[in-house]
Amino acid sequence: MFQLIRYLKRFKKQVILGPMFKLTEAIFELIVPLVMASIIDVGVKNGDSSYVLRMGGLMVVLGVIGLACALTCQYFAARASQGVGTAIRNDLFAHINSLSMAEIDQIGTPSLVNRINNDVNQLQLAVAMLIRLVVRAPFLVIGSTVMAMILDWKLSLIFLASIPLIALVLYWIMSRCVPFFRSVQRHLDQLSLVTRENLEGARVIRAFSAQKAERRRFEDANEGYTKESVRAGKISALLNPLTYVIANTAIIGIIWFGGTRVDGGVLTQGEIIALVNYMTQILLALIVVANLVVIFTKAQASAVRVNEVFALTPSVQEPAAKPQMPSGKKTDTPKIEFQNVSFRYPQSSEYALRSLSISIRPGETIGIIGGTGSGKTTLISLIPRLFDVTEGSLLIDGRDVREYSLAELRRKIATASQRATLFHATIRENVAFGAPEATDEDIAKALEISQSSEFVNKLEQKWDTMVAQGGTSLSGGQRQRLSIARALAAKPEILILDDSLSALDFKTDAKLRRALAEAEKDTTVILVSQRAAALRSADQIIVLDDGNVAGIGTHADLMRTCTVYQEICASQLDVSKERGQAV
Amino acid sequence: MKSTQVLGRILRYGKPYLIYLILALLFAAGNVALTLYAPILIGDAVDCIVGAGQVDFSAVGMILIRLAAVTAGAALLSWLMTLCTNVVSYRTVRDMRSDIFQKFADVPLRYIDQNSRGDLLSRMANDTEQIGNGLLQGFSQLFTGIITIIGTLAFMLAINIAVALAVAVITPLSLFVAAFIAKRSHTYFAQQTRDRGEMTGYTEEMIGAQREVKGYGAEERTQQKFEEINARLYESGVRSQLYSSLTNPSTRFVNGLVYAAVGVFGAFHVLSGRMTIGQLSSFLSYANQYTKPFNEISGVVTEFQSAIASARRVFTVLEERSEDPDAPDAVELRHCRGEVRLEHVFFSYDKEKKLIEDFHLSVRPGQKIAIVGPTGCGKTTLINLLMRFYDTDAGVIYVDGANAMHYTKDSLRGAYGMVLQDTWLTSGTVRENIAFGKPEATEEEIIAAAKAAHIHSFIKRLPQGYDTRLGDDGGNISAGQKQLLCIARVMLAKPSMLILDEATSSIDTRTEILVQNAFTSMMEGRTCFIVAHRLSTIQNADRILVMKKGKIIEQGTHEELLNQGGFYFELYNSQFSGTANP
Repeated sequence: MFQLIRYLKRFKKQVILGPMFKLTEAIFELIVPLVMASIIDVGVKNGDSSYVLRMGGLMVVLGVIGLACALTCQYFAARASQGVGTAIRNDLFAHINSLSMAEIDQIGTPSLVNRINNDVNQLQLAVAMLIRLVVRAPFLVIGSTVMAMILDWKLSLIFLASIPLIALVLYWIMSRCVPFFRSVQRHLDQLSLVTRENLEGARVIRAFSAQKAERRRFEDANEGYTKESVRAGKISALLNPLTYVIANTAIIGIIWFGGTRVDGGVLTQGEIIALVNYMTQILLALIVVANLVVIFTKAQASAVRVNEVFALTPSVQEPAAKPQMPSGKKTDTPKIEFQNVSFRYPQSSEYALRSLSISIRPGETIGIIGGTGSGKTTLISLIPRLFDVTEGSLLIDGRDVREYSLAELRRKIATASQRATLFHATIRENVAFGAPEATDEDIAKALEISQSSEFVNKLEQKWDTMVAQGGTSLSGGQRQRLSIARALAAKPEILILDDSLSALDFKTDAKLRRALAEAEKDTTVILVSQRAAALRSADQIIVLDDGNVAGIGTHADLMRTCTVYQEICASQLDVSKERGQAV
Repeated sequence: MKSTQVLGRILRYGKPYLIYLILALLFAAGNVALTLYAPILIGDAVDCIVGAGQVDFSAVGMILIRLAAVTAGAALLSWLMTLCTNVVSYRTVRDMRSDIFQKFADVPLRYIDQNSRGDLLSRMANDTEQIGNGLLQGFSQLFTGIITIIGTLAFMLAINIAVALAVAVITPLSLFVAAFIAKRSHTYFAQQTRDRGEMTGYTEEMIGAQREVKGYGAEERTQQKFEEINARLYESGVRSQLYSSLTNPSTRFVNGLVYAAVGVFGAFHVLSGRMTIGQLSSFLSYANQYTKPFNEISGVVTEFQSAIASARRVFTVLEERSEDPDAPDAVELRHCRGEVRLEHVFFSYDKEKKLIEDFHLSVRPGQKIAIVGPTGCGKTTLINLLMRFYDTDAGVIYVDGANAMHYTKDSLRGAYGMVLQDTWLTSGTVRENIAFGKPEATEEEIIAAAKAAHIHSFIKRLPQGYDTRLGDDGGNISAGQKQLLCIARVMLAKPSMLILDEATSSIDTRTEILVQNAFTSMMEGRTCFIVAHRLSTIQNADRILVMKKGKIIEQGTHEELLNQGGFYFELYNSQFSGTANP
């Protein structure tokens, strides 16, 4: 929690002045019972009605000033708490943006979303309470005790005894409740997870008629949540009755022993009333303290969850110092060079890619082919540094990728992947996602090459058509084409197409590749595909097999030397044969 | 929906727990009565302590014993009351969540496709919580508050009518202040709720798409957009928080006025001998407590408002039209032979844009039907209709000779096995995922299915084999492996008909050959609908439908269609014309 205190510093004025104003109000509140005691002991005893009126007027004045102070405090509290929440949210989101895929996968999207929203709300509430009540409530407790001591120090012993007792009860209840709060939060995470999965997998779930089983899964979490909440509630519900009992017992004590004190002439009747009043005030204040403790324990749990995110450091780091740009690029510098690159996912002992070395010249087209899990997607994730190589090095334009700033590096590269994610935005915004400065012309060109113009122009609002979240309003093929358009609009030096033509029909696929070949002559293209035919005329083909490089070369080379490649081609041969018959 | 209607609906949710609600109210009433009686006892005691040598200890003792009993009773009742309200509110929230979840399963897919997932999620999780906190807990507070006010007034009137009336005169001021504030804060709360929903939606989307955000270096821009939403949330947050927090000090101020009035007015009454000092002390206690319920009630009012805003969002979901339920005389589709006939089928997602028109198709049991055509020609739509994800606008689909509408949806869908391109797995173990459609499957069946899908050896290599948990959205295995798991899932369910929608497109060709073999043996004797883009995979189909713009433009076997030299011929040849060099 303490790491987050720095956010309060920006609101020094509010955080310091707010409680001060509140304190002023509290002081006035403490004076009121004294004024009342003197009305009884002086005004009534002496039959002085003008004194009674004057004191009544004083109480009204105290009330007005108190109100003004309190309102100022509330205003400060609203500004500061919302401000702190807003700042934390901004920083959290920025930090999540700076993390690498490895860390984001580790916590998971739903949990991150929950942290940004619910947990920060909890912190926000805690800040508001900090300003509004943290000073006021304890002050009322201490102040009332001090007042009691001034009135009669012997009777104030009752105060001194009952306050720690109440505090003890508070502590006991809280410490019993905290584990429940955590478990309640876990159940809530589970509830969100199941719901999210059900929204995403609605088609499959319905196809398998698995709604009932899913519902049971949800009900389990839901039931668990309810049970834990009720159990926590049983304990926390003891709070008010117990404190009430203690305070009233104290009042009984005050009256009984106060009776002897009055009998002995040490105390007056009015003063007893004041003492009872102070005890009531303490009770009210302590109940507030109890609520504060609840809020702060919850905030503590939330702070832990927020800090967990802040504590993650991106495994992919920006270069420490900006290295000198190499003076003048030599013409024979390879565009991309893998030097004995091996890679292992964090927390995995198996290499996903082993000792790859290849040199790719500018403008070349590289094909990557291989079985499921052979490391194709892993390989291309290394180029924009979504992950860092475990061993070896990866050079772009003759410089290690780790020497570029991430922004500079990623500007050179655009990827369209097989499972393309589109955003809930217009088609224009989606295509210009990687290049907000793209002109209409650029977008039109990108749509044209990716064979998207035709279907986009048929849409009612054309470029301004909204795409549903995840692109669900479009077909798989349309999504892939738009994601290729998005990659093209970014005008990359290196274009990576990760099996991103898989949902296209052959005609569109062929048209798209032809258009690409014509338009992007200078671009280095990395083409991941399942279809050997699609890679046939690539300048080099990397054949991967279970993380190992089975061969690198042209189609003709590989057909001679690489058995894995031969097998792949053979498995697709029947197609070629038929083609011979057909044409 | 009007606020009163919303309130009514929420209360209907509490109905099953009416007994708890009634008990809560009874306990509350008892608690209030005892709590209010305590000051009278204290006042009586104070009256017995007049001054030096004028203390009636035996009377004081008697009163204090009664006070102790009253205290114990009040505490017990207050505990019981909270227990009851907890049960009511938590269970109501549970029921509401359950209903929302059920609704998500019942609404037409279109609704889920069109709404932001984060927003729907936030309605299930956050809004219901708000209702629980604000409305249900608030309800008991409101009730306690009101009877406290009435009770206090009654006690005060019993002690002294004139002073009590003075208090009653000042009271409306408090109500007026609270109402004024509530009105203002309502609008801001609604705004805040909207902004919060937008924020959840945006974070969900952007964190979910980190690959794209990073790949395109869009961190700064998404940050900007985020900060813009956040700034709006700040404004609405400050306003709603400020207005709702004005209530407490304002009512406390009114409270102060009441206290002063009671003090002064009461003092005059004591002076003129119409009241004792003890009674004045009771009065002061009441005056202290009197406005506390007002405080609480106005606090409840602001909570109420944000709860009502939340309830509106929840009920909008619940009011969403469900898929038409099964006809009352619907029968289970058992031992489906796999005969499918479509007659005069019309369908479009959007009334303005016609998609499928007057569609005919007749499939005999065991036939393999391949569907090809350019993207957007209606292939996927056809699948949606077969599965009854959407219902036809006109025309009839017959399955085994009977209208598909006459079967229960579950049994109809169960007759199909479906593998989609978008692989979806649930966060559970590998075993649970394979047995997704048939949770009661035996270990042997599961392993057999995995072997058939050629994923068994991969699973064996996983750290915990079949008990390995798949992360969020199956994050730790590759797309191809996910696809194989999906295939195993279908293999296990052994449906009478198969739908393979672009299913093989992300499995590499070597694996695909194996999968194809497995599929071929599984397809044996089953009716199959295959939507594939690789024409090589569908050449063995009994019939190939070539679709364009929602209509079948050609159909026949592979050879027939090639000989026809039409659209299919063109499509088939185009796959070889593309060069690898884009």
